[in-house]
Amino acid sequence: MLALKHGQITPTELCQKCLSLIKKTKFLNAYITVSEEVALKQAEESEKRYKQGQSLGDLDGIPVAVKDNFSTSGIETTCASNMLKGYIPPYNATVVQKLLDQGALLMGKTNLDEFAMGSGSTDGVFGAVKNPWSYSKQHREKRPLNWLIAGGSSGGSAAAVAALTCFCWDYRHVPPCLVLKAVLNRLKNSKEIQLLYLFCQSHTECVSSEYLVPELSGEVRSLWSQAADLFESQGAKVIEVSLPHTLYSIVCYHVLCTSEVASNMARFDGLQYGHRSAISVSTEAMYAATRREGFNDVVRGRILSGNFFLLKENYENYFIKAQKVRRLIVNDFLNVFNSGVDVLLTPTTLSEAVPYAEFIKEDNRTRSAQDDIFTQAVNMAGLPAVSIPVALSKQGLPVGLQLIGRAFCDQQLLTIAKWFEKQVQFPIIQLQEFMDDYSSVLDNQKLTSVSLQQ
Amino acid sequence: MAAPILRRGFPGGRWALVWIHGGCRHRNGAPTGPTHGSTRGRSSVAQQSLQTAQKPRKGEHKWETVVGLEVHAQISSNSKLFSGSKVCFAAPPNSLVSFFDASLPGTLPVLNRRCVEAAVMTGLALNCRINKKSLFDRKHYFYADLPAGYQITQQRLPIAAQGSLKYSICTGQRRSQMVTKTVRIKQIQLEQDSGKSLHDDLRCQTLVDLNRAGVGLLEVVLEPDLCCGEEAATVVRELQLILQALGASQANMAEGQLRVDANISVHHPGEPLGVRTEVKNLNSIRFLAKAIDYEIQRQISELENGGEILNETRSFDHKLGCTVPMRDKEGEQDYRFMPEPNLPPLVLYDTSCLPAGADPQQVINIDRIRDSLPELPSVTRDRLVGEYGMLPEHSFVLLNEVGLLEFFQNVMKETRAEPKKVTNWVLNTFLGYLKQQNLAVSESPVTPSALAELLNLLDRKVISSSAAKQVFGELCKAEGKTATQIVSEQRLELMQDREELERLCHATMDEHPQVVMDMKGGNPRAINKLIGLVRRASLSRADPTVIKEILERKLSP
Repeated sequence: MLALKHGQITPTELCQKCLSLIKKTKFLNAYITVSEEVALKQAEESEKRYKQGQSLGDLDGIPVAVKDNFSTSGIETTCASNMLKGYIPPYNATVVQKLLDQGALLMGKTNLDEFAMGSGSTDGVFGAVKNPWSYSKQHREKRPLNWLIAGGSSGGSAAAVAALTCFCWDYRHVPPCLVLKAVLNRLKNSKEIQLLYLFCQSHTECVSSEYLVPELSGEVRSLWSQAADLFESQGAKVIEVSLPHTLYSIVCYHVLCTSEVASNMARFDGLQYGHRSAISVSTEAMYAATRREGFNDVVRGRILSGNFFLLKENYENYFIKAQKVRRLIVNDFLNVFNSGVDVLLTPTTLSEAVPYAEFIKEDNRTRSAQDDIFTQAVNMAGLPAVSIPVALSKQGLPVGLQLIGRAFCDQQLLTIAKWFEKQVQFPIIQLQEFMDDYSSVLDNQKLTSVSLQQ
Repeated sequence: MAAPILRRGFPGGRWALVWIHGGCRHRNGAPTGPTHGSTRGRSSVAQQSLQTAQKPRKGEHKWETVVGLEVHAQISSNSKLFSGSKVCFAAPPNSLVSFFDASLPGTLPVLNRRCVEAAVMTGLALNCRINKKSLFDRKHYFYADLPAGYQITQQRLPIAAQGSLKYSICTGQRRSQMVTKTVRIKQIQLEQDSGKSLHDDLRCQTLVDLNRAGVGLLEVVLEPDLCCGEEAATVVRELQLILQALGASQANMAEGQLRVDANISVHHPGEPLGVRTEVKNLNSIRFLAKAIDYEIQRQISELENGGEILNETRSFDHKLGCTVPMRDKEGEQDYRFMPEPNLPPLVLYDTSCLPAGADPQQVINIDRIRDSLPELPSVTRDRLVGEYGMLPEHSFVLLNEVGLLEFFQNVMKETRAEPKKVTNWVLNTFLGYLKQQNLAVSESPVTPSALAELLNLLDRKVISSSAAKQVFGELCKAEGKTATQIVSEQRLELMQDREELERLCHATMDEHPQVVMDMKGGNPRAINKLIGLVRRASLSRADPTVIKEILERKLSP
């Protein structure tokens, strides 16, 4: 932003560089739609604004990409599903509108698991997203392997950001009011372009003991511990806390999420928009065929589960029960935060990214149940959380940790996260050697990225 | 004179009152069967009711009927319940559909304040408890006119509950006693209306118009305290009047703003309730009554013949006058109710718990709404009875006929005639004419001013009562003449000159000595004959009362 403001690089130049990177990293399959014309036009307008000293804010001219389950007016929004192939929304999702109002450049729509159901970004109709770190120098030096998954369901966004093609926003369960406020800060290297946050001092943070599960890789556990030490060394008070109902969060989520899915997906019947089957023998036959053709197994599975839980005879035992359990999970967090804790520190995933060939040995539901363990309870509780890449594993792959904040205290959370990010100094991905005819993408600009999972 | 107020077979089919004899015990026997376009179906029920008053034949069992109603009233508001689309009748198809109404993915509901106010007003008018916290739910089913695949409603905790509605029916041997009955209101809930499906059988397709999808509805659920079509018709009519008085809904059944579903079952006294059927989407009060009565008879006949009643949904075929099973409702549906995750609980306040500094635009104060409720029909009727001394039955007719009350009040403003006389003229002469010509009050050729003028002439004894009727007939021709003009043209003024009248009487008496003799002989009919003769001689311009008085004086020694 500083560079943009000072004219060291123009929005158009930045936009073009990102577009070029997108082209070169096409093999990652991170993007479903690249909105080149739109982005360039927006860049042009941003440039005009900067020339007149009337920038809209700190996001003015910054390239962003949006997960393809957010509506973008006039730009195809597919949710990586056959059901919405060719669907062009007539309006912008609130978060998209807010980004555009701030002058951000929309580079495109990123790939995901179909309708955001999954933890690997492997189950969308446009194919799986490849983790750019699969091709990084750091990883390939240690052990060149088959390509790795990018995680999910927002794998496309993660890959796009990691490959330095843009700054992305996507949320698993988005609270619509969550808007990033970026504030300019001074840096040692004035050519750096970063997303910046206010810096604050002195916090209490916690490490949750239930999150210490046996499946947790040793490396992650170790990094988790080191991070806690880091906070402590800087004056934070670090304590261990208990969130006893965390172990029920997966099951609880499974009941509530599938119920809501069954309900929310009822609108996809081929009548008003989206895919409509050619079968027209009767309305009901058309509905059934449309939904069978439009949804993948994962989505259909969740719809069927959800409808089961919502049946009259099951509602009390499943849905209501799950809501009660959810209340307990919420209370766990409330109690912790009420006792003076500012932020919670946990792992984000069980281990580093796994090869696709490994990942697909289990089905979507199993993987989601396994992999969501650290992040699921936070969704149940409706809290803000951030995942920060901390260090490279022995395999040369990124390992991240999660920070969870109080409800509606997003600013405080991001401040702490920013400070933490600065401390760990996570290395830049080295894709250069892999991408043959790259020009100086990393010449004078270093692009740091933050990927948000919550 | 007695007012024959209730007439059967009104084209509009609205009954102010209900004639019920001896409660709703139905005699067993053959059902009435389809009635072919006549309105006599109702009377056959009444006839059967009459017979229950007699000693039952051997082996007969009485039946008790249970009727419950669900009324859906479209809320009169500018925009829909959860979106900003306009609410408007008969707009071009699919011209009033927002992204939310079309269920585009990612759209969210925003509650319409006016709809909440309408619900609170209705709840208060029906003596309900207003729930300060109510919840929204989703009711799921697949249908072409339900874009989201679910309807947002209030199943768990509705906005109002446990109220009551009073209504009046006429009972007794001569149907002269008015009895007030009460039907309990189970609950009132806010919910979305669906779109409209038009089935084009010719091309094997269905056309869907979403203009109505998402319009706010008030569902008023009544407890099954009713027992027949007439009671249901009365209750619905009263509900209509209340909604219209509140402005909560225009409640016009013909335009689909008020729809009624009826739940009907029969059982023997002392035994548990029978299986009920639902008769749906009745959109006129007349059909409502007919459908209910037909269904009652059908169930009785079915059970008496050893059959059983299926718990099913039926519709009313008004051409055949019978209920028929609905094609696409098979078996019981599980609507998979779920809390609406995109709407918080609806919280209402009253003055005692209103948060300090609350923005009045953002909160609803129940007390404020209660204080600003308009006059309800029952109060209006009581007021009419008190102010004008009319019979309660009259007040019902005045309110039940659209526009009649306003007409009446406008006449009252411009006339000095006695209220009872005005009531009589409006309810009998005027309304009778309208009914005969199948006109609504709004289509009346006679304006309130014109009638008032006529009544003033009558009141000042410028014309006689029979002359007034004649003038009225002329006014109905709507030739642009005023009452005064007609009276003058046709020389209908009463003779004002007393002396002239006396001379006329004298002359008539001279011409008819025999009649005078009869009179003197004490024959009471003779004087009437003489009065008639004098009147004829006066070309009907003499007031019979005055003639009588003069004659009597002359004849007394």
